[in-house]
Amino acid sequence: MKSNHELIVIGAGPAGMAAATSAAELGVKTLLLDEQAAPGGQIYRNREHIAAQTAALLGKDYQQGQTLIAAFRASKADYQPNSLVWSIDHQRTLGILHNQQAQMIPAKHIIIANGAMERPLPFPGWTLPGVMNAGAAQILMKGANAIPTGGVVIAGSGPLLLLLGWQYLQAGVPVKAILELSPVNNIWQALLRLPAALIAGHYLLRGFKYLLALRRAGIPVIINVSQLKACGDEHLQRVEYKLGRRKHHIDSDTLLVHFGLQPNLHLSELAGCRHLWHEGQQCWVADTDSWGNSNISGIAVVGDSASIGGARAAKHQGKLAGLEAAYALRAISREQRDHMAGKDRRWLQADLRIRPFLQKLHRLPSALLATADDETLVCRCEEISAGQIRQAVRDGHHSPNAVKFFSRCGMGPCQGRQCGSAVAHIVAQSLQQAVEQQAPFRARPPASPISLSQLADLKISDTQT
Amino acid sequence: MFKLISTQQAGSLTIYIDGQPCQVPAGISVAAGILLNNALPSRTTAVSGAPRAPFCMMGVCFDCLMEIDGQANQRACQITVAEGMRVNKQLSSGRPPA
Repeated sequence: MKSNHELIVIGAGPAGMAAATSAAELGVKTLLLDEQAAPGGQIYRNREHIAAQTAALLGKDYQQGQTLIAAFRASKADYQPNSLVWSIDHQRTLGILHNQQAQMIPAKHIIIANGAMERPLPFPGWTLPGVMNAGAAQILMKGANAIPTGGVVIAGSGPLLLLLGWQYLQAGVPVKAILELSPVNNIWQALLRLPAALIAGHYLLRGFKYLLALRRAGIPVIINVSQLKACGDEHLQRVEYKLGRRKHHIDSDTLLVHFGLQPNLHLSELAGCRHLWHEGQQCWVADTDSWGNSNISGIAVVGDSASIGGARAAKHQGKLAGLEAAYALRAISREQRDHMAGKDRRWLQADLRIRPFLQKLHRLPSALLATADDETLVCRCEEISAGQIRQAVRDGHHSPNAVKFFSRCGMGPCQGRQCGSAVAHIVAQSLQQAVEQQAPFRARPPASPISLSQLADLKISDTQT
Repeated sequence: MFKLISTQQAGSLTIYIDGQPCQVPAGISVAAGILLNNALPSRTTAVSGAPRAPFCMMGVCFDCLMEIDGQANQRACQITVAEGMRVNKQLSSGRPPA
């Protein structure tokens, strides 16, 4: 692949597609790299080729992704699917793996738009086969027309529980129960944010629509649930939980969990971008300006890979970052940039008005975030329990990184992506500190697996600058 | 654990899961093929030998690691099925006690 591109965008979700489209329209030589075989990201996965029946089940928001994908396809941006970014640094050199060929390419400007991941929240039994993320179940529906064979329990916190329940209701999947684990008392803090949220009231209306349909169908939507537990030997057999002081259980071979989203920060951390704790989102977010620029010159982080705002917000942020890249690369003037940004900036601000309400409504208690049960595995890869992490803190390892060196927690194949958040909460809680006083695991290259033979065969492109 | 929404999209490719021929639709991930054929657990862990299955389906949890066409430790959720593909579970009885 020739490296004659000025701008490289990572990720073909709403933010990345909008960024690449807007920059390319202004004459910037743009390349978009994406891990998947087709554009759309997780939210619009397989939108171009999905069966009509499945697209109908997924709903209007999913179907509308086609507009953005078509605009991106029609743009002059080059698009390289099936490309893994395994390295990025502050000098804007990217390590890429494509068709088994590893390559280092430089870029004048980079926009990181690799999206979010579901917040990993360890609870007893979460490693059992039969327990999956709710977003994973949506990926199966979008990418493989696949739905659960038998009945399911959906548990966790956030609007996705209702959306997935509603989609499964349309698809004829028996939903045994929806268990909401955020405390019911959250409602009072949320209500204070409700007036502002009304500006983005369409989100609220949809939530009510899903809830109403589920209630009408007789699906139990149970709130204020605690102590979720997945039980079984080789596979999930039973879901246990507490409601008030009473224990309940539901027999099920499938439990789909979701505890909100967090930015997938691996690449922005490798690039050296600064991150901040976000108290509303209860996770670290990228520290960016209103154009998406990070503290590293020429590297922007946008959409849900920077901070959780959802697909619509991501699209507007992507557009703004594309304009900023065009300005930074001297394709347009500052005045042109500011003029073209007007609408997207207004729409973005209106769209984000729903967020403080949702954050307060679905705020997770610290007992959940810091894995109260000592026996629960926190690190799925190296099989390190919450109790072992607490012991490491008692032994004098007073940060997530110190715990990692001591215990191997976070050193397995996922490189701490699954346990990082819980470890930070456990360490902070053990030291009676606020979690923002801790630093997350330090990300190390390669960001994605690459074999030694692929590395040995590395091609280093000439700089185009 | 999973099935296809409509029977019209029945399998069009054959992959071999631990040597057994399985029909899967074209274009899906290996992990989706594993779940559609209920071939769980897809691995047992190297540390304790515990059973595992695909969890995140988007390449961040690494719990769907399998041996695909002779290459170990492949993320089954990130690889698309191909005719004749050989997919083996990665089974371990765990680390010997120290």
